[in-house]
Amino acid sequence: MLAILFLLCLLFSILTLRDQHSSGLQAARQLLGQIKSLDSDSRFLIIAPRNEQDDLFVRSIGDGLTAKNLRASIVQGDPSEIRALLGALSDSGGNKPQILTTVSYAPVVSNIVAQFPEMASAEIFTPPSYRWPTFLLPDNIRNVANQIAVIAIIAIGMTMVIITAGIDLSVGSLVALSAVVIAWMVGFMGGADATYLEMFLAGAIAVALCGITGAFSGIMITRFNIPPFIATLAIMQVAAGMAYIISRGKPIYQLPESFIVLGRGAEPLLKIPYAVILMIGLYLAANFLMSRTTLGRYIYAVGGNSEAARLAGIRVKSVLLFVYTLCGMLAGLGGVIMASQLKSGAPTYGLTYELYVIAAVVVGGTSLSGGEGRIFGTLIGAFIIAVIQNGMNLTNVETYSQKVVLGLVILAAVMLDRIKQRRMARA
Amino acid sequence: MSSDPDVNDTFTEFSSGSRAAPLLEMRQIRKAFPGVLAIDNASLELLPGEIHALVGENGAGKSTLIKILNGIYPADSGDIILNGKKTHFSSPPHAMGAGIATIYQEFTLIPTLPVTANLFLGREKTKLFMIDRARELEAAQALFESLGLKLNARCLVSELTVSQQQMVEIARALSSEAVILVMDEPTAALTPREVEKLFEILARMKSNGISIIFVSHRLDEVFRIADRITVMRDGKTIMTALTTEFTKASLIEQMVGRPLDREFPKRTSVIGDVRLEIKELCGSAVRGISLSVKRGEVLGITGLMGAGRTELARLIFGADKKESGQIILDGKLLEIKNPRQAIRHGICLLTEDRKSQGLILMASAIENFALPNLPNWCKLGVVDRRLESSRFLERVNNLDIRVTGPDQRARDLSGGNQQKLLVARWLETESQVILFDEPTRGIDVGAKFEMYLLINELADQGKAVILISSELPEVLGICDRILVMKAGRIAGEIDDISRASQESIMALAV
Repeated sequence: MLAILFLLCLLFSILTLRDQHSSGLQAARQLLGQIKSLDSDSRFLIIAPRNEQDDLFVRSIGDGLTAKNLRASIVQGDPSEIRALLGALSDSGGNKPQILTTVSYAPVVSNIVAQFPEMASAEIFTPPSYRWPTFLLPDNIRNVANQIAVIAIIAIGMTMVIITAGIDLSVGSLVALSAVVIAWMVGFMGGADATYLEMFLAGAIAVALCGITGAFSGIMITRFNIPPFIATLAIMQVAAGMAYIISRGKPIYQLPESFIVLGRGAEPLLKIPYAVILMIGLYLAANFLMSRTTLGRYIYAVGGNSEAARLAGIRVKSVLLFVYTLCGMLAGLGGVIMASQLKSGAPTYGLTYELYVIAAVVVGGTSLSGGEGRIFGTLIGAFIIAVIQNGMNLTNVETYSQKVVLGLVILAAVMLDRIKQRRMARA
Repeated sequence: MSSDPDVNDTFTEFSSGSRAAPLLEMRQIRKAFPGVLAIDNASLELLPGEIHALVGENGAGKSTLIKILNGIYPADSGDIILNGKKTHFSSPPHAMGAGIATIYQEFTLIPTLPVTANLFLGREKTKLFMIDRARELEAAQALFESLGLKLNARCLVSELTVSQQQMVEIARALSSEAVILVMDEPTAALTPREVEKLFEILARMKSNGISIIFVSHRLDEVFRIADRITVMRDGKTIMTALTTEFTKASLIEQMVGRPLDREFPKRTSVIGDVRLEIKELCGSAVRGISLSVKRGEVLGITGLMGAGRTELARLIFGADKKESGQIILDGKLLEIKNPRQAIRHGICLLTEDRKSQGLILMASAIENFALPNLPNWCKLGVVDRRLESSRFLERVNNLDIRVTGPDQRARDLSGGNQQKLLVARWLETESQVILFDEPTRGIDVGAKFEMYLLINELADQGKAVILISSELPEVLGICDRILVMKAGRIAGEIDDISRASQESIMALAV
């Protein structure tokens, strides 16, 4: 599966290879570094459109030049405004100016400048551009990781459940329930003025509630022998309904600004999103649990042959209860992160998430019939899904077609993997 | 008698005294799989209307030879000659079409469907696209009559006993007009009476001209029913001869390749005080059983299928809920509500069906070995893998378990080694009470002897050993005392083995 992920990344890197350039502050800095003639006679003309990024660009260059005691005039606006302003400037005469502009505006500027013979030979400078796949831009990679964090975290619990030969269809609804509960609790505890402690508490309650719901599913499955599919399907409906009841069908918005720290914040050094760090941490812990602890062994044993496991002295019911509770809690955590990402809690969150989560688990190599599977395999499965979606967005695949493509690629990925396994088994 | 092809060609004597061309000949078959040469040079000759036994230890190549005959595998080299015509079977349906029907140990019936549906699966009798139930019922009754069976063809297969299901399989083979019937360990799950029934039917089929290849570890039965025996060892056919030309000892010698002077190891039991006491144990299928096991004693429990032996073992082990009764070990009353508690108190059970209840087939050998022992090898829940590894290797050495490595999947081990793996697992728990439920089922002669040695050793160590078995020779050969169960109760006890016999046991059991 790792090979397939690698191939997909390679594919989308090739498909999105184009000239890249920075913008705003970084562009300004790069451009300033490029300017060679710095005699005090030089005249600089900064031309750019009017928008947030380019305002920043213009201001930064202006400041940078001023700091070097160089003169610069700023011309900002749409093409007609630029033409008018340039007309005024050229009448006033003077040295040929050096024109500084952004990469995207350069063709426009060059067009306009050509209409003024005095400026015809003026040099136009732009920030440097380089060829690089858009897919592999650091911002894009961070984006991909952050977007898949919620699904990937929920998939940890789902992996364990599926290894026990069970399934949990309620995770999508638990995301909604958790998002709604945390939003409601924060609103209850102070609304837009809530403190970090209060937000944390609200989150803990949301996660705990989802854990209890998972435990309830687990009890239905172990004590009353209800098949996991049915039990969690029923809980899925109940949880979804509860989410609507608590939120009264409407999104809950009254949340403080600091609420988005978990969902959208990132650590200062490499700018890795906090949600991604949390995801990686949880995967490491889960992998440790499954591969190095007795509980992990028991989970595999229960999935491999629950009767033989019972006759070997394993508390099968307790193991099952644990995995369903944990799955619920992780779904709750997913809901908390999602609420933080979207700065609101709504009962429509997490809709159909269970399918993506299960797809991640299965694509990652875990068998639905239980007894085998690896935690990191699920992470790869989740990334395969994320990379496909991101790649399709970057290559401008139509939204509706994306669903078709995603489904087909999941099938292809699992088929390839099965063929590879069969070949290995024969060896 | 050698496997020299020239000699075989000239060998034409058989019990009926007449000369007849062989119905089937497999000549110098060779079959290799990646990493293992399953069959080196095997030949089989089947005459019309004969019951031909194929014997050999596990790994001798018997199943592979059968699977080549069935069309499951193609032979690498060698010929198959059916009715004088050279042929080869490309797939199971092809072999079935040629008249070769196989009945495996694990039946291929669909339990949720009725007998008629199973009989005609794939060859349904239809009338205008709908299944003609009347015709199927008629045909089923006719089949059963020709076999001398009384079965309700409308029953669901799940409602039938194991023996009846086997009959359905045989009837199905007949209805597909098989001329050769291959049976793999047919008597493993049958009571003595049902075995008689089966042999009657086989005799009937034989007189109708059908030939039967009979693969079995139960040598007593082979001697009773087979006309000729072919012995395989290490992938080669060692010899083929009339049953009358073998004795049990000489047959075992051919199978194992060295003289085995005894079937059961000699032992002088030193019997001490009572270790395990069961008082008035009641549960489903078990009504008020009381027994005791002394130190150094091997207690045998036997009886017909359905007598409640396995149920008794499961109750003692906590696998099933007991309604009432007491379990006392070394004078201490034990509370056992589940297997976990039983194991903690020092009781372990080697289940009757090792594949579905003992092992986790998809897991590795070391994982299966470790399962109940993990709590002893962990710190704060984390497993000490080095300790686990060293314990595994030590036990594998002690018991001489043939395994390619700790990570070999349990399902890839031979039956004997699977059983040894489970024994290793339970020995590691250092249990004081060991319940063996049919421990030598489906295991070859060599491995059986090793199992007996092990049982004896455990008893000599002072543990309380209970051996549940339906193989009467085994029970008489190994146990110090025998309890005979019947319909959930103890029907009788045999104290003096030297004066006991299979008949005296059967008398109590029926």
